[in-house]
Amino acid sequence: MATLLEVEGLTKSFFGVTVLHGVGFSVEKGKALGLVGENGSGKSTSMNILGGIHQPSAGSMRLDGVPYAPASPKEATAAGIAFIHQELNLFPNLTIEENLFIDSFPHRGVLPFINRARIRRQTEELLSQVDLPHRPSTPVSKLSQGERQLVEIAKALSRNARLIIFDEPTTSLTRPEVERLFAIIARLKARGIGIIYISHALEDVMAVCDDITVLRDGHVAGSAARGEIDVQRIIALMVGRSIDAIYPERSVKPKDDVVLSVSGLSQPGVAKDIGFEIRAGEVVGLAGLMGSGRSELARMLFGLDRFARGEIRIDGKPLVDPTPATAMAAGVAFLTEDRRGEGLIMDFTIAENMVLASLPTVAGALGLIDRGRISAVAADMGRAMHLSTTKVDDTLVKHLSGGNQQKVVIGKWLRRRPRLFILDEPTRGIDVGAKQEVYRIVNGLVEAGSAVLLISSEIEELIGLSDRILTISRGELTGSFARGDFDREAIMTAATGLAGATEMRA
Amino acid sequence: MSPSASTDTPAAPADRPRALRLAKLLLSEYFVLVLCVVYVAAIYPFVPEILTWQVASNILGDMMPLLVVAIGQTFVLIIAGIDLSITAIISMAAVVGASVMTGTNGYLSGSAVAVPAAILAMLAVGVAVGAINGLSVVRLNMPSFIVTLATRMFFAGLAIWYVTFHSTSSSIADLPASFTAFATGSVLGVPYTVALAFAIGVAAHVLLSRTQFGRWVYAVGANPAAARISGVPVGRTIMLTFLISGACASVAAMMYASRMQTGSPIAGENILLDVIGAVVIGGTSLFGGKGKIVWTVFGVLFLLLIDTSMKLLGSSLFMIYIIKGGVILLAATVDTFRHHLLVNR
Repeated sequence: MATLLEVEGLTKSFFGVTVLHGVGFSVEKGKALGLVGENGSGKSTSMNILGGIHQPSAGSMRLDGVPYAPASPKEATAAGIAFIHQELNLFPNLTIEENLFIDSFPHRGVLPFINRARIRRQTEELLSQVDLPHRPSTPVSKLSQGERQLVEIAKALSRNARLIIFDEPTTSLTRPEVERLFAIIARLKARGIGIIYISHALEDVMAVCDDITVLRDGHVAGSAARGEIDVQRIIALMVGRSIDAIYPERSVKPKDDVVLSVSGLSQPGVAKDIGFEIRAGEVVGLAGLMGSGRSELARMLFGLDRFARGEIRIDGKPLVDPTPATAMAAGVAFLTEDRRGEGLIMDFTIAENMVLASLPTVAGALGLIDRGRISAVAADMGRAMHLSTTKVDDTLVKHLSGGNQQKVVIGKWLRRRPRLFILDEPTRGIDVGAKQEVYRIVNGLVEAGSAVLLISSEIEELIGLSDRILTISRGELTGSFARGDFDREAIMTAATGLAGATEMRA
Repeated sequence: MSPSASTDTPAAPADRPRALRLAKLLLSEYFVLVLCVVYVAAIYPFVPEILTWQVASNILGDMMPLLVVAIGQTFVLIIAGIDLSITAIISMAAVVGASVMTGTNGYLSGSAVAVPAAILAMLAVGVAVGAINGLSVVRLNMPSFIVTLATRMFFAGLAIWYVTFHSTSSSIADLPASFTAFATGSVLGVPYTVALAFAIGVAAHVLLSRTQFGRWVYAVGANPAAARISGVPVGRTIMLTFLISGACASVAAMMYASRMQTGSPIAGENILLDVIGAVVIGGTSLFGGKGKIVWTVFGVLFLLLIDTSMKLLGSSLFMIYIIKGGVILLAATVDTFRHHLLVNR
């Protein structure tokens, strides 16, 4: 097949710091290239150059054999390059058709009125191409995350995209939505469209891509066709060493004393008679699809959402009508799945975020905050978390990579020495190295006698870390699996709520 | 390389030191103070009177009530709210306080406790209106702009109506001498008003920068969801900022009433936009999460310098408005530019 995009010797420096060193890759027509690498490996910069946001210091690109050097995102779009970003660029308050034609509404001849009929016809055709059974007049706010992504793809098609770049497209999708996305990508490939697929989810990359290029520190660490490489090898190329055990061994077994005990927890439409226990030194994994009630359960335990009935006990003491403040006082910590929106204050420094949940501990005489102490405790915690920077007072968390941001959130909670740590998607969108750090921290926590409730969409992660896995579907616990009999298929089945409930052993 | 850190355009090497120095000045805490000094130096040849003791103490006298209200407003702006009711609180507090202590048919005419009782009544008005504002925002989830716009209209009208029950004229005069002495008296050469405003300023500064409550204010302003999950009592924090703003407006009402020797329902009617403008010129963000008391002090000072110098130059009122408008617009532009610099630092 013919080559669609050829990138050669791409080099880019910012303020004398070279972040791309002669990167080269190529995309064939009708094929998908997987671009993987840790945060900071040069993926974003390469894509920003491809999209016309940055111009390279050196190197060349050819699109369909023609030299391609976009000076602006507009030129990139005109050349047939489309981006499907992790955070979608749609207007939820507008309808599907308005979103598709937002920059080029067809007019009625010379009159400044929008030609509605034409838009509707074209939108219907585009929606059928991406298998989205919605009317063009549906507001985007009514669509799920996965459906919105399909609208973005339709938008790319409406601009006759030749190359579509997907940046972490599966992070907020349910599994059926992921399958549907992959089917659409296969269809795009069949039409001769080239794909660049960027993701930390290496299984997805292996499922979608024909070729894989691994970046590390701004260099190409390796390139191979799918058949010639496996996930272990990709990880080794990404981190520059081989990772034998992604999930570190834990030296302790769960103790007998129960830290969290939940019984009869119910809330109409969200939770139905949920009951389970977590012991000291135990990691309990919670598997469920998006919308199954897994995050809602966590939020109820932490006092963020109300519940109608049921009892929560921490270390035997009942937690009545919890609020975040009373839950924290009882020893509960909560890492939310929405790191940027809820976990951190992005405009605060590392130090300010680190102490936000434990301010009284940094107060000095007269209860006044002691800035020196804030710096000191934040620097200590930063070292313990292996943060990438030691400048905890000057660095705003929004300038950190996802993995380092997550370490700040975890550090913030560890300062409170939690009895129960609820982790909702702790490794979402962070690279392999940072993931391992998170796993190490979880192990340290349970070894110190805390209890952990781990929620994750990655079944491998649950299996790797948990002592016990509970499955939840439609607000009901549907299964409980002890470490000895973890079975990927059975857990998935119970989590989707398809099979009859496995016998509970909570 | 994260995308946000790489979006700025590198300056040419030769320009960099100068650009850097300019950037540093723009980002400095004392940028507005520097601006004040530069402005005085520039205007001095035209109005040398500006550096006389007489004018300086006039500026200081004008500045105090404005400053106290602006300090309260700073709290509300940092939590990403706005308090438009401050001038109505000033009017209401002034007339209520005056009705208690006035020598003509006052509730406590001639009583020894008349003045302290009046002061308490004024504070109570500010705290009560602040509570209405705060409860509406926290409990009913209403935008503070609408809530305080409504309370502003309501209490501005109520203040005028209130006067009709207590006076035949449009304001309540005949205030006790011990109260009006507050505007004119001084301690160790420092006017009482200046001493009071200074004390409030220091207290507010310590509260914001050195206490847990202060950290909460910034956290709630920057990201209420993250603040809530970190155990911050978001509602209580918002509530308190409106109470502080209301109480500060009450203190300003005392200053105005004692200076004018009357409780007027239109006291401070025109200062609302000056207050918000001054806080924003100082560098406090209307989007919340950012602001400092010292910035507000400099902002108020700068605005009054312009005001006074224009008056000394004999400018007409409309000219002063035009210039002040231009300066506030400029301040907003500079703020955007500063923000851009900070993001790409």
